[in-house]
Amino acid sequence: MSKVFIALQTNDDTRQIIQAILADNPHAVCNEQPAMVKIDAEGSLVVRRSTIEELIGRDFDLQELHINLISLTGNVDETDDELTLSWNA
Amino acid sequence: MDMKVGKKKLGLKEKYQHMTRGLGWETTYQSMDDVFPFVKYEGIKIHDWDKWEDPFRLTMDAYWKYQAEKERKLYAIIDAYAQNNGHLNVTDARYLNAIKLFLNGISPLEYMAHRGFAMTGRQFPGVGARVACLMQSLDEIRHAQTQIHSLSNYNKYYNGFHDYRHMLERVWYLSVPRSFFDDAVTAGPFEFMVAIGFSFEYVLTNLLFVPFVSGAAYNGDMGTMTFGFSAQSDEARHMTLGLEVIKFVLEQDPDNLPIVQQWIDKWTWRGYRVLTLVGMMMDYMLPKRIMSWKEAWEVYFEENGGALFKDLARYGIRPPKWLDQIEQDKDHISHQAWATFYNYAAACNFHTWIPTDDELDWLSQKYPNSFDKYYRPRLEHWREEAKKGNRFYNKTLPMLCQTCQIPMIFTEPGDPTQICYREVDYKDNKYHFCSDGCKEIFEHEPEKYIQAWLPVHQIYQGNCFEEGVDPTAEGFDPLSAVLDYYHLAQGRDNLDFEGSEDQKNFEAWRGMATKNAA
Amino acid sequence: MGVAAIKEYSFESADRLENFHGNQLLYIGWDQHLLFCAPFCLPFPPSMRFGDIIDKVLPGVFGYHPDFAKVDWSKVEWLKSSQPWQPDFNKTLAELGLKHKDVLRFRTPGLTGIKGSAS
Repeated sequence: MSKVFIALQTNDDTRQIIQAILADNPHAVCNEQPAMVKIDAEGSLVVRRSTIEELIGRDFDLQELHINLISLTGNVDETDDELTLSWNA
Repeated sequence: MDMKVGKKKLGLKEKYQHMTRGLGWETTYQSMDDVFPFVKYEGIKIHDWDKWEDPFRLTMDAYWKYQAEKERKLYAIIDAYAQNNGHLNVTDARYLNAIKLFLNGISPLEYMAHRGFAMTGRQFPGVGARVACLMQSLDEIRHAQTQIHSLSNYNKYYNGFHDYRHMLERVWYLSVPRSFFDDAVTAGPFEFMVAIGFSFEYVLTNLLFVPFVSGAAYNGDMGTMTFGFSAQSDEARHMTLGLEVIKFVLEQDPDNLPIVQQWIDKWTWRGYRVLTLVGMMMDYMLPKRIMSWKEAWEVYFEENGGALFKDLARYGIRPPKWLDQIEQDKDHISHQAWATFYNYAAACNFHTWIPTDDELDWLSQKYPNSFDKYYRPRLEHWREEAKKGNRFYNKTLPMLCQTCQIPMIFTEPGDPTQICYREVDYKDNKYHFCSDGCKEIFEHEPEKYIQAWLPVHQIYQGNCFEEGVDPTAEGFDPLSAVLDYYHLAQGRDNLDFEGSEDQKNFEAWRGMATKNAA
Repeated sequence: MGVAAIKEYSFESADRLENFHGNQLLYIGWDQHLLFCAPFCLPFPPSMRFGDIIDKVLPGVFGYHPDFAKVDWSKVEWLKSSQPWQPDFNKTLAELGLKHKDVLRFRTPGLTGIKGSAS
């Protein structure tokens, strides 16, 4: 199975987002680099709005991710509740 | 009375539907073919533009909101960095040369991308694709502007940043990135999308914006880190667009496959050649190194690109051609590129140098198969000669590849001691190439590449001197005349880092920043 | 295959011979001496004697290399378009049949570059 990844800036906005992604994707590996983190995951990775909202204690629009997103790979599917990255092979 | 209790706002999918499809219409006063005249000649067949979907489902209202937020953050940091004399916090002044290369060689491409996506978006009859191109066009001009704003701070203090716009169309090595983009924007809208949206954005830009920009952070350059990551946050959307284009086009008609495959082969190779510059920046120009070019290549090209092409295999797409050569080249190209700029340092708008002993050891360790055997002796020889006051400045102009326009510095696959020569006879003229890839790209569209503005040949044709200069006059100095034409000052903007004005100023100013005046 | 285009697409070469004011281009590379990062591009009149290129031009081009002084020109192996080729030093480029944008390589067996690294 191929790996997908999402890379985020490391700052105060992303601390809980990263935490939420790692909680929702136990198979993901967090790779810390200067000023950024790269989260790699076999096959697919899901970013869930509800988990982020629980951690930050306010409403969160998944499109806010764009502000601190550095890069990603895989086929993207975004709804109001989830952003999914996946490879089909 | 019944109050209708509707949903407070539209869901993402509904909103996307209204804000894209809902804004388009079939023209009646003029035929759709006349309104969109470039959409058929490349041979790509589209039957249903409504099948196009942006997976992020981003609409213009949300776009403005999030981009404005990104800009506010970015400019707050740029201001703070400038107010705090942040330029004195970079690891050492050699680093500045990496960002000179960035401003001169990469930022103008952002501007060209802006123009390219504006033109391409105009040509697509599908509204979803047009909205996505519009956003990307705006992103790209934002990148050009934020890079110029961030780097103009350095222009107040250091050399080589002063005239990038003028130099882009003149300085020899800048013809490489420039001709790459000129090739893309003079293609049709679908080829442009595959070239830039897919091959460059998806397969290659991560290498530039992720490890190099993280490296900038590691070297204390908060300005570059900020614009770099801010730009790359848009790239995530661009990459998604690029992948969407490929899938959409391939799903529309089976006849599209061979055309798309040929473009993927061509543009992966073209982009890969341009990225040689980035390889050199990572291995030689970051005083504190984060990962080698080879390591970055393995993560971002081999691993991610591999996953991507495995995914696309279901459409009949195979990985780009010449991958076997690319695989071997990762041990070599950054060293070959640095040697080239070391050779031609007299005609450059940035400085070069021989790495320190520690840095040479790092390169030996990162490149165990190639560095000690082929490149270290060369660098050490140059260092010895420089110590004797005999620093090598190559004054004879090099032979260039007709397609990528890079000097013929690349070696034969399998033999790093032998320059790779390829040639083609076409209509009574001979053309030369650095590789099978560049040769085949030429052979596919010779009429396009025979027009190439090759800097070396242009100098010999007498087209690279300021007006009124007489190359037949007694004592004519061609190098000096060419530097005038480039707007480069001999002894200030060019030559070795050792002894440069940048080196002296940085040292003096850093001293002032850390000590009180006596 | 030609360029996909919306109308007739045909151009002259930007580097055709007549643009070089009476000169032709000759490319010269020294194999296994990559201290010089790439082969060179040089403009010469067709009446240039080949031996004059060797004696008067190449020292300025390749002389920085410590191997250059050791080159025995009677033993040098020449390649034209990567095929073996035998020059007569007393003939001109035109007499030798060298055309605009021809490429020559020379090999100097026994000289292997800086510390044998092909540099």
